[in-house]
Order: sequence, then C-alpha cells, then structure tokens
Amino acid sequence: MEELDGDPAVTLIPGVNSKKKQMCFDWGPGEMLVCETSFNKKEKSKLVPNCPFIFIIRKDEDVYSQILRKLFNESHGIFVGLQRIEEELTGKSRKAQLVRVSKNYRSVIRACMEEMHQVAIAAKDPASGRQFSSQVSILSAMELIWNLCEILFIEVAPAGPLLLHLLDWVRLHVCEVDSLSADVLGSENPSKHESFWNLGRLDEARQMLSKEADTSPTSAGMCRTLGDLMRTMPILSPGNTQTLTELELKWQHWHEECERHLQDGTFTSSPHLETLCKIMLGDEAALLEQKELLNNWYHFLVTRLLYSHPTVKPMDLHLYAQSSLDLFLGGESSPEPLDNILMAAFEFDIHQVIKECSIALSNWWFVAHLTDLLDHCKLLQSHNLYFGSNMREFLLLEYASGLFAHHSLWQLGVDYFDYCPELGRVSLELHIERIPLNTEQKALKVLRICEQRQMTEQVRSICKILAMKAVRNNRLGSALSWSIRAKDAAFATLVSDRFLMDYCDRGCFSDLDLIDNLGPAMMLSDRLTFLGKYREFHRLYGEKRFVDAASLLLSLMTSQIAPRSFWMTLLTDALPLLEQKQVIFSAEQTYELMRCLEDLTAGRPVRGEPDAQRLQDDDIETTKVEMLRLALARNLARAIIREGSLEGS
Amino acid sequence: FDFHGRRMATCSSDQSVKVWDKSESGDWHCTASWKTHSGSVWRVTWAHPEFGQVLASCSFDRTAAVWEEIVGESNDKLRGQSHWVKRTTLVDSRTSVTDVKFAPKHMGLILATCSADGIVRIYEAPDVMNLSQWSLQHEISCKLSCTCISWNPSSSRAHSPMIAVGSDDSSPSAMAKVQIFEYNENTRRISVEEFIPRRTSSSLGAKEVHLEEDLYDKKLVLIMLMYLTIFFSANYMDNWKCTGILKGNGSPVNGSSQQGNSNLSLGSNIPNLQNSLNGSSAGRYFFTPLDSPRAGLRWSSHTQLLPPPPPLPPLVEHSCDADTASLQYPHPRRRYLSQPLNPLPENEGV
Repeated sequence: MEELDGDPAVTLIPGVNSKKKQMCFDWGPGEMLVCETSFNKKEKSKLVPNCPFIFIIRKDEDVYSQILRKLFNESHGIFVGLQRIEEELTGKSRKAQLVRVSKNYRSVIRACMEEMHQVAIAAKDPASGRQFSSQVSILSAMELIWNLCEILFIEVAPAGPLLLHLLDWVRLHVCEVDSLSADVLGSENPSKHESFWNLGRLDEARQMLSKEADTSPTSAGMCRTLGDLMRTMPILSPGNTQTLTELELKWQHWHEECERHLQDGTFTSSPHLETLCKIMLGDEAALLEQKELLNNWYHFLVTRLLYSHPTVKPMDLHLYAQSSLDLFLGGESSPEPLDNILMAAFEFDIHQVIKECSIALSNWWFVAHLTDLLDHCKLLQSHNLYFGSNMREFLLLEYASGLFAHHSLWQLGVDYFDYCPELGRVSLELHIERIPLNTEQKALKVLRICEQRQMTEQVRSICKILAMKAVRNNRLGSALSWSIRAKDAAFATLVSDRFLMDYCDRGCFSDLDLIDNLGPAMMLSDRLTFLGKYREFHRLYGEKRFVDAASLLLSLMTSQIAPRSFWMTLLTDALPLLEQKQVIFSAEQTYELMRCLEDLTAGRPVRGEPDAQRLQDDDIETTKVEMLRLALARNLARAIIREGSLEGS
Repeated sequence: FDFHGRRMATCSSDQSVKVWDKSESGDWHCTASWKTHSGSVWRVTWAHPEFGQVLASCSFDRTAAVWEEIVGESNDKLRGQSHWVKRTTLVDSRTSVTDVKFAPKHMGLILATCSADGIVRIYEAPDVMNLSQWSLQHEISCKLSCTCISWNPSSSRAHSPMIAVGSDDSSPSAMAKVQIFEYNENTRRISVEEFIPRRTSSSLGAKEVHLEEDLYDKKLVLIMLMYLTIFFSANYMDNWKCTGILKGNGSPVNGSSQQGNSNLSLGSNIPNLQNSLNGSSAGRYFFTPLDSPRAGLRWSSHTQLLPPPPPLPPLVEHSCDADTASLQYPHPRRRYLSQPLNPLPENEGV
C-alpha cells in the first residue's frame, strides 16, 4: 500500500509559549486537555507568569447533530439486519437481497441529505447555513460513490445493462445538483432542456425538435430527419430480449446511417442541428464543446459511452474513464479526491476505493458500512493485517469506538462490536467500563448489556463502582443491592456491618424493604445472612411469634453467624423475651444463653488504665450483664418448673 | 481526566489542586479548590472509581498525599461545591517527589511515587475502606533522578506487576533513560530492564512515560515523551504516522475565559480526533474546500488500551519540526534475574 504522505496539520494554541515552556496533556473520551507547563522540576525562585488556561481540544461537534444521529441510527438498523440475514442469503436471491440492502443504505443517506438541505435553506445565519450545505455536499458525494460501487461491485451489471445503470446514476446526481442548486440560487437552469439529450432522454429532445420544426419551417425537414434518427437509436431497455450481439449489430447500422447523414451534409445549413448529430455519433470534440452543460467528467464519460460504446464491458470502463477524465480536465486542473475515488471504482480496485474514501472523509461511517456490505458480497480478500484482524473488522471497530464517546449513540456501538468476531468482545469490554453512569437507568442498561454477554468482570467492576458511590453517600440500601449484583461478598459484608452499626446507633433499620426481600442473595456473605436473619428476628417479635423469634435469636449465636461484637446486643434483645409472663426459652435454650453470656464476659480483655468514660461504660456493661444473669436465672427456674410439670402429667 | 472523563483534576505551582466537573451540557465547573502542599504540586492523579473518589498528589515539598472526596452538606451540593479531605501524607522521600501513580485496580489499592533522588516507593492500603493506612511495600533505587512513572495496565495473568520509570538525569555519567521494573511474585525479586533512546543530544530527557498494552498482539509498548510540542500519531493499518501537531503560538491570551469551544476546536485542522463528516479538499461540487485531508487516520481512544496512542516520535530540540529519524532501542540490558519481558517493538513504524 503506498504511503499516505503530506504534512500533519498544525494547530496553534493561543497563549502558550512553545519556545520557553512545554505543554502537558491528557486524553479524554471525546476531547483532549492541554495546558502550558514547565517540566523543569526545580522550584523557581521567581515565578514566571504562565498561561493560566487549560485548553479543551475537540473535534467538530457537528457530527452528533440531530440529523446525522438519525443517519447513524437508521444505518445501524440496516447493518444489524444484514448481519442477521447472512445465513439466509443463498443462491440466486442473494445478489438481489444484497442490492436491496445497498439501496436501503443509499436511501438513508438521501433522506439525511434532504433533511440537512432543508435546514441549510432555513438557516438564519450564513455561516451555519454554509456548514450545513457543505455537509449536504459530502453526503451527496457519499451517495454518488456508494451508488457506483453498487452498480459495479454488488449488482455486477454486465455489458448492456451496465450502461443503463450508469445512465441512471448520472441522471440522479445531475438532477440532484440541479435541483439543489436551483433551490439555493433561486433560478432555473436555463439549459435544462438541452441536458435532456445529454442524458439520453431522447424523447424529450425529440419533442423539442418537433416544436422547433413547427416554429421554423426551413429547418423542418432537418428536424424531422434528426428526430427520426433519434427515434431509431437502438438502446437496450430492461426486459428487452435481444442479445448483446444483436444490439451491437443494430447499433452499428444506425451509427453508420448517422455518419452518412453527416457526410452527405444533411444538416450543414443548421450548425446547431449538425452539432446534435455529431454528438449522437459520440464525437468527443463536439461533446467537449458542451462542457458547461456537462457538470463533470463522469457525466461526460457516460454521455460518451451512450453515443459511442453503448455495449461497453465493465472491464473496459476504466480506459474510457481515464480518457474522459483527462479530456474533461484538459490539463487545466488536477483530479480531486472524489475523482480519484471514482476512478478507483472504475478500475475495480475495491481496496483503493476504501483507502481513498478513508482519507477523503474523516469519518469512519461510510467506509465501515460499505466495506461490511462488500464483505458480505465476498469481495474482500481476507487482507490480513498484522494485528490479526481484517479490513472490515478494523473499520467497524474504529467506527464503533467513536460512537462510545457519545452519551446515547454508544448503544449502537455495542451491536457493531458484537459482529466483530476477533476483537469485538475485548473492545466492548474496554469501552463499556468507561461509560459514565450518571443515572440509575443508564447503569442498568449497561449492566444488562454486560450480563447478556457474560462479561462478569465488567459487571462486577461497574457494580462495585456504584456500590462504593452509594456507600460514600450513605445510601446503604443502594450499596447493598449493588454489592449483591456484583456478587462481591467482601463488600456486602462491609455494607451489612454498616447497617448493623446504623441499627445500634439509631435503634431501627433503614431500607427494610430491601433486607426483608433478600431471598437467596442472603447467602452471599455471612454478615449479610446475619443481617437478614436478624431482621427476621425483629419481624417475628413484631408478629408476637415469640417462640420462633427466640429460637432464631439463639441460633444466630450458636451457629456463629452473629459477629462476636454483636452478641451483647442480641442478648439484650433477649431480655424482653425472658421477662415475658409465659416461659419462652426452654431450659435447654436458657443454658445455651447462659453459656454465651459467660463466653462473652470471659473473653473480655482486661482493661488498661481506666478513665472516667471507661468506668462509666464499664458500669453500664456490668449492670447489663447482671441484669441478664438475673433474667436468665429466673427464666431457667420457671422453665425447669414448667418442663418438670409437663413431664409429670 | 478521571476514569469516565467527567471530572478533571489540575495541579499547579501555586500549591493547590482543583477539581472540575463536567455538567450535562458539557461545561466545566470548578467544584473544589484547595491548598494541598507547601510547595509546587507536580502531579495529580485519580484512583480507579472502584475505590471511590480518590486523588493523589505529589509535590516539591517532598511529600505525596492521598485525598478523598466526602459528601458534603446539601447546601454545598446546591452551590456545586464538594470537599476533599486528606487521608494520608507519605513523607518518606528526602527530595522532591516528581510523580505519583496508582497501580491498575486488579492489584489492589497501590500507589507508586518517584523522587528526584532516584527512589521509587510503592505503597499499599490493605483496607480499601480505610485510606489513612498505607504501608511502604517496596523501595527501589534507580540511581538516577526520576521524573515520571507508569504502571503496566495489563490485567492479564501473563504479566506480572511492572512499572516504568523515566529519568532526565543530565549529569555526564548518566543518560536519560527509562527503566522498567518487574516484580516476580514467585521469587519476590524485582528485575529491571533499561531503554535508552539513541539520540540524546538534547538534554530534555524523559518527561513523560507511558506503558501501554497493544490490544492486538498483547505486546507492551513503551512511549516516551521528550519534546516541546505534542504530536498525535495514528495507526492506519498498522503504520504509525504523525497526523497532527499542537504548538503554542506564543501570543498573549485574551482576557475572556474560554468556556465555549468555538475558538479552540480544531475543526478541520486536525480532522481526526473523532468522527465527523467533513470532507477533504475541494471537489467542484461535492466537497467544500477545507484544509488538509487527513482523514482515515484515527486517534485511538482514551482508554489507552486499544491500538496504542503516540509511540515514540523522535527527539525534538527547540524547534517544533518533526524530525523523522527513528528511535532505536538497544537490546535491553538486564541486571538481575527475571522473567523475560515481552519483546518491545524496535522500530514501530516511526
């Protein structure tokens, strides 16, 4: 591949003195930060005033304008549709379906173009009007290129139909330019009627001729002859059953007849009609004289082909194209990027087309979608690039990556990554983590996408980020649910601890709904299980199901689920149960409770230097312990009596 | 920028750090500004959001500090202000601390600093919820004044923890170079490899260093920044080309603050930072005249994990012209026993 040469563009940053200072920068998802700095890390004794600004460098924003967004959205639909029907595309209908997809893409471009054109006309200030108009131009060029690619590569029109397609192609764009420019200029193209014959619409031309014949009797005869010639010009029409050879023969005869008329001087008295005849013979000089009516070299090319080589073969197109280009430019100007792209297409050099388009258009949209379509037509060799991917994937990846910088278009990007078998997944993994999650809705959307693709690490990371944010903002319920979704046991433990601390401080739970409905998620961590069960204890107590509550409470301690630090609280919770009129804890259970209490008090480390606060705390502790001991003892007594008597009876 | 590109932190020789938030409409607002050190603050860096909103800064005052944002009162929120508190100060360095960087998140909450006396220190906070407890895990002597560090971002098992340290020591015995330290978890030893750019006629030395992982073939790419202007390069089908240059024009800045971006957007000058439908130079009817058709060469994303951003452009003296001589790496010299580093590309398309 030949080198892309040319000098890089230079952008000047105002206020930064590159001779004395340096610049530092940082890349962001959609923009770049630049500021002046000094890498000289020695503290300066006198501060030289610096440029105090940070510059944000960004590409043109217009790419995400409303109208283009529609283009991206709709083409995304077509793209996904194409990938999905790939398996079904077989046999004869395959080509027809691919052509249909191509036409869909083009109609989307045209719709976008039309809309932007309307905006351009309606624009209040001339600068933005110009900007929109330039966008329209670019879209028009894209459609032009795509259309040609469709004819040559997808439709693969053979000699004969090829010319008809090319005629349509040129007509579409000439009329477009005319109508667009007419709108903008507000005037009618005065030579429109002459352009009819330019495009082979000979019927209309004949009508003009007959009108002329009526008005000027002297040239009536010539007009009629010319009109006849026009009428009898053999062209291939769709549905025509003649073979190419037949057509060629007929055409040859007709051509000779025209030639004869010219030689015989039939039209000498009217130079205007003579020119017309010459043109119909495909005389290049005559055609070139009408240069102003021919907008561009490919218009010239097709006209020329129409009148001199209507049965041109696809293989030979490039020869005529090159010479048309040369003749039309006439050495006065050099070909422009669009010209080069079209030439590459005529030469059937697909890779060159894609490459030139990539250079000429600073957007990946066009080349990504076109290449993908051509790939489905099996036209791209697996042009393996060193990093193991291929051209189609490379372009799609680049396009999709760009979408991720946008706050809503990123969702389209996901699908494009999905259809890149080599690097799509890993690219998606990297991009999706960076999406800023400003709203819960967006976060859920992102998570759903990750979960659908089993991107467990990304799910974990995103949930962790959200859980952490929630904890910092003291939204414990939210933090808990994110940790559960992240399956992050450690963090769930942490949040549960916070809940418990909260309870100790305030005497009640926050986010009861969440805790009540944990379900199997409770198993994620011991602490979480404890939290859930503890809450259940409170619920049972509230429902006055004291016996169940009591057993649960005990089991929490004996099963070691409850953290040691919480035992005192649990035992204190047991107090009201012990004080009830009826006996709730059995003797067995009471023994257990006693053991827990002793365990707890025995394990108390010997306090160091007691200070006033400590003494006070100790006092409270001691009182509590004593109360518990008393309550337990009393309960034990009652329990033994009760159990004794039951057994007795 | 922070991880998501929605917040920005800046530091300055006025000893303060400022944090800026990007609003929904795209404007930047300063939401915090506070004095952080008693000397110029050289660098500020964000931790991964999994650890919360955490910043680290380092300064000429020989310290590095870790800061955490705390959720303020609702009044503050309404006024759009937030508060940052210092969680710890790392005072081990005896000289100016020139760079501070958090390690990739899969390694835990780990921080590295480098100092002018050539010592790299690696700290760890074992409890991520308690940012006041950091322990010094490693002290590495580079034997050269250090200016910049970069962690290997790769989270794959194949790569052991690795850090690159750049130096601009211009003493005659030393040479500006980059050292890469790798920690072998099995042997618990740290090995080092060195890279010296061939053209060291300028005494600029390494000012910035970046270790990036090449997504496509998993190679590590080492990038050094050693020049006075900023180059962009982009990868078109594996050929690196310089596609843009930013440089200061030295003119005084006008007084107005540039919140909007119309003055500064690159527009057609550097067409390829992002997608746009601008076409190239004038076609008669279909392209409007714009400058430089540099399309197709796209900057890679800021994640720095896709095809790597600028590789080594050549050393530039005080002019801003791109000099296309290439940067060669001598075969890396090994000092201690270590696992082989992935081979670094020798002459990557520059």
